[in-house]
Amino acid sequence: MQLEYFLILAAALFCVGIYGLVTSRNVIRVLMSIELMLNAVNLNLMAFSNYLDPAEIKGQVFAVFVITIAAAEAAVGLAIVLSIYRNRDTVDMEQFNLLKW
Amino acid sequence: MNLAEGVQFISLGILGVLMLVAALGVVLLSNIVYSAFLLGLVFVSISGLYILLNAGFVAAAQVLVYVGAVNILILFGIMLVNKREDFQPISKAWVGKAATGAVCLGLFTLLSSMVLATPWQLSTATPAGENAIEIIGLHFFSDFLLPFELASVLLLMALVGAIILARREYIPDYEPEDEQKVLTLRERPRELVATSSDNQEM
Repeated sequence: MQLEYFLILAAALFCVGIYGLVTSRNVIRVLMSIELMLNAVNLNLMAFSNYLDPAEIKGQVFAVFVITIAAAEAAVGLAIVLSIYRNRDTVDMEQFNLLKW
Repeated sequence: MNLAEGVQFISLGILGVLMLVAALGVVLLSNIVYSAFLLGLVFVSISGLYILLNAGFVAAAQVLVYVGAVNILILFGIMLVNKREDFQPISKAWVGKAATGAVCLGLFTLLSSMVLATPWQLSTATPAGENAIEIIGLHFFSDFLLPFELASVLLLMALVGAIILARREYIPDYEPEDEQKVLTLRERPRELVATSSDNQEM
């Protein structure tokens, strides 16, 4: 029964991340929500690795790769946020309409 | 349920509740500095959950990379973008929030019913436990060698790209005469006086 607990926890964390990603208006909070979602995926991978594949822990290897990608994503995302803030002088998601018509 | 299982269960409950409450605080609190610190709490409790899952190495990597690097980076981002602005209220913003909440609740019920309905084929092999680091290293240098090397290249690209994106652009107002021979990364001079007066106004 323990595997289900971890999977439900990860699903709840993922849904909280989606809610924050869609509703928040500060760009940095959007980045934090993306980190929450990546962590939920990691928790899923680790739970599967422990309960379904405990001898050859490939899920942990995948989790390490996801951590690497998340670090790169955070660095580039914050650089983009700084660059947009310098050009538009705001951090409001609703005013980033550079690519709209 | 013996003593070890009871301790595991209680730790799972405490860490799970801590993680969910902190994640809700990250999303719902209005002060973004509180959100950043609560994000650190989320990362630490997820690291505790990894320890419950027999993965000490990934728990340590989680604390090092997420709490030590990503969270600090986000805090620095908040400090660099320290603009206290009140966002323009959008008309009927509650419709979007309610719709998003309904979609998230629906997704959660879908996922949890799927999780509870699926018959998982639990493995009975002994967990790797303390040997996890050796097995992960063996995977990295045998069957996951190409993604491992690609990850290093990707980290280098992210490093260079973040520096290029966050750098102030250099707009030449005048032709530099003797600076051509010096290999420096030229950038626009900062308006130190203006920023300090902005900070005093806040």
